[in-house]
Amino acid sequence: MGWRGWLLDPAPASRRQARLGRWYRAWLGLYRNGLAMTGLFIVLALVLIAIFAPLFANHAAAFTQTLEDRLQPMSWAHPFGTDELGRDIYARVIFGSRITLTIVALVSVIVVPVGLGIGLPAGYFGGWIDAVLMRITDIFLAFPRLVLALAFAAALGPGIENAVIAISLTAWPPYARLARAETLTRRNAEFIEAAELQGASHLRILFTQIIPLSLPSVIIRLTLDMAGIILTAAGLGFLGLGAQPPAPEWGAMVSSGRQYLLDQWWVATIPGLAIFIVSLGFNLLGDGLRDVSDSRAG
Amino acid sequence: MTAAAAAVSAANEWVGHIAGPIRRVINLLFSVALTFLGLTCVTFFIGRIIPIDPVLAIVGDKASRATYNRVATEIGVNLPIPVQYWRYLNKVLHADFGVSLITAHPVLEDMTRVFPATMELALLALFVGTVFGVPLGVVAATHRGRWQDQLIRFGSLLGYSMPVFWLGLVGLLLFYARLGWVEGPGRLDVAYDDIVPTITGLITIDSLIAGESEVFWNALSHLVLPASILGYLSLAYVARMTRSFMLGQLRQEYVLATLAKGLSPFRVVWVHALGNVWVQLITVIALTFGSLLEGAVLTETVFAWPGLGLYMKNSLFNADLNAVLGGTMVIGVVYIFLNMLSDVIYPLVDPRARSRK
Repeated sequence: MGWRGWLLDPAPASRRQARLGRWYRAWLGLYRNGLAMTGLFIVLALVLIAIFAPLFANHAAAFTQTLEDRLQPMSWAHPFGTDELGRDIYARVIFGSRITLTIVALVSVIVVPVGLGIGLPAGYFGGWIDAVLMRITDIFLAFPRLVLALAFAAALGPGIENAVIAISLTAWPPYARLARAETLTRRNAEFIEAAELQGASHLRILFTQIIPLSLPSVIIRLTLDMAGIILTAAGLGFLGLGAQPPAPEWGAMVSSGRQYLLDQWWVATIPGLAIFIVSLGFNLLGDGLRDVSDSRAG
Repeated sequence: MTAAAAAVSAANEWVGHIAGPIRRVINLLFSVALTFLGLTCVTFFIGRIIPIDPVLAIVGDKASRATYNRVATEIGVNLPIPVQYWRYLNKVLHADFGVSLITAHPVLEDMTRVFPATMELALLALFVGTVFGVPLGVVAATHRGRWQDQLIRFGSLLGYSMPVFWLGLVGLLLFYARLGWVEGPGRLDVAYDDIVPTITGLITIDSLIAGESEVFWNALSHLVLPASILGYLSLAYVARMTRSFMLGQLRQEYVLATLAKGLSPFRVVWVHALGNVWVQLITVIALTFGSLLEGAVLTETVFAWPGLGLYMKNSLFNADLNAVLGGTMVIGVVYIFLNMLSDVIYPLVDPRARSRK
């Protein structure tokens, strides 16, 4: 039968086998989708490059100013050329991936618990709790996200942490909506009743029954949102409200290369290309994941 | 049944008929008012957390203690927070956003001056996005799963993933600097400034009214690149939504029935199915317009486009909080209004949504 047969067994003998089998089927669905696999590859590459950045590029080349080497075109020594302070753009793009990944990770860590914390009780308890929580969510949902993030970032002052706070403040409402919808579909299921009859507390039911079942759709939504988060963060950086110099934030790099656009095009365009490729990767992956989870959506 | 009872039941029926829409309108107004209050709360909160001392910003750091205290009392920073919020709300409701620190004009006056530029850009972008996005979405739906669908889907994903400021720079580099097909940043060449009298504030239309064709072509040439770029980004969203709405329609039995009756597939798809989808598309287009206003901040920065976005960006950098919050407020109100509009239009155009209680 082999391990594939074991994984695809229609009558799994244990919970573990059933769960692994489900994951394997999802993986097969994803594996058949070339675009989604491209996305997965890009995302994995981003994570690996960010973690092992010093292996891919020279830290000194990214941060040390050598003014005699300023605005050099592409060459073997500088694959993407150098910027206005003589720093190697390739090395800066590589180290900049750390900033992008940090922002994305921090926003996810804030947004998902906040969304769950508001959506779960709303769906689970219903009544006035639902009405109040969802009213607040709807209010935030009707706000212009980018402009509000801009205003927050401007008020808090520039910096990565404040950019993360500003993005998170405007990004959580869809997760609350989603968590509520997921909870509602399960609220009256028999296995919840069974757990209640066994004397499980509300908190226990939420944490052991409802959250694990809601997580997949939350994660898919998060993957699809990542591109938007990256673009907003880069936009804040471009406007000078994100990471501050000399940090190699991609949006800020595009902004500082703007004045050399006509003669040294690589200074502004290469970091922008990095933003574009990474957010495309997340979009392709999220799109594929959504197809796997919901084959009806087509 | 007596005549009186009949009259009562008729009246009841009439009340039942009218109560639904009235309740819906009241609900809608209530939620719009609440959202607006929420927006003022957030902008007020942003105004409070800013680490700049508003009194110091007015009097300067050389002012005496007495002057400082007098100004502090005047602008009310020592009052309880709810009272301050109440005063702020009062001002906003009277469309008083304060005076801009840079231009020294009332913020609202500045806004009305720069808003037409943003409108001109957003309207043309919306036009591009709709005119190309809807047909592409229809084609994707009718060719579901085939290469046309894949290509359009990939094209939309590309659009979703583009940093708009980067695309703007690349566009400028290519079409303005290298190829010279379009004019560069700004709305008009300096030579054409102040030739056309302002009527609508949209230079293309004003120049047509004044019969200045040279100004018109110059303005259009400036407009075409930023509008196409914004249009491409909204096209991605419009095409995607059109596709999913159309798939919903093409699954329905009436499509099969009309085809069986011998109507041409072209007519069934583009007239019958698309006709049923328009209502939902209005919502999508309204929301797209809202996001175009938002995206204006980045695009206008790249193209030096003298609209609301550039105004807000400049204010951001001069810590001109009145202008920033005023801009947030204006965009927020337009956004809420568009949301509401799509809620209102929906039942007006779609009888099914009207009968639903």
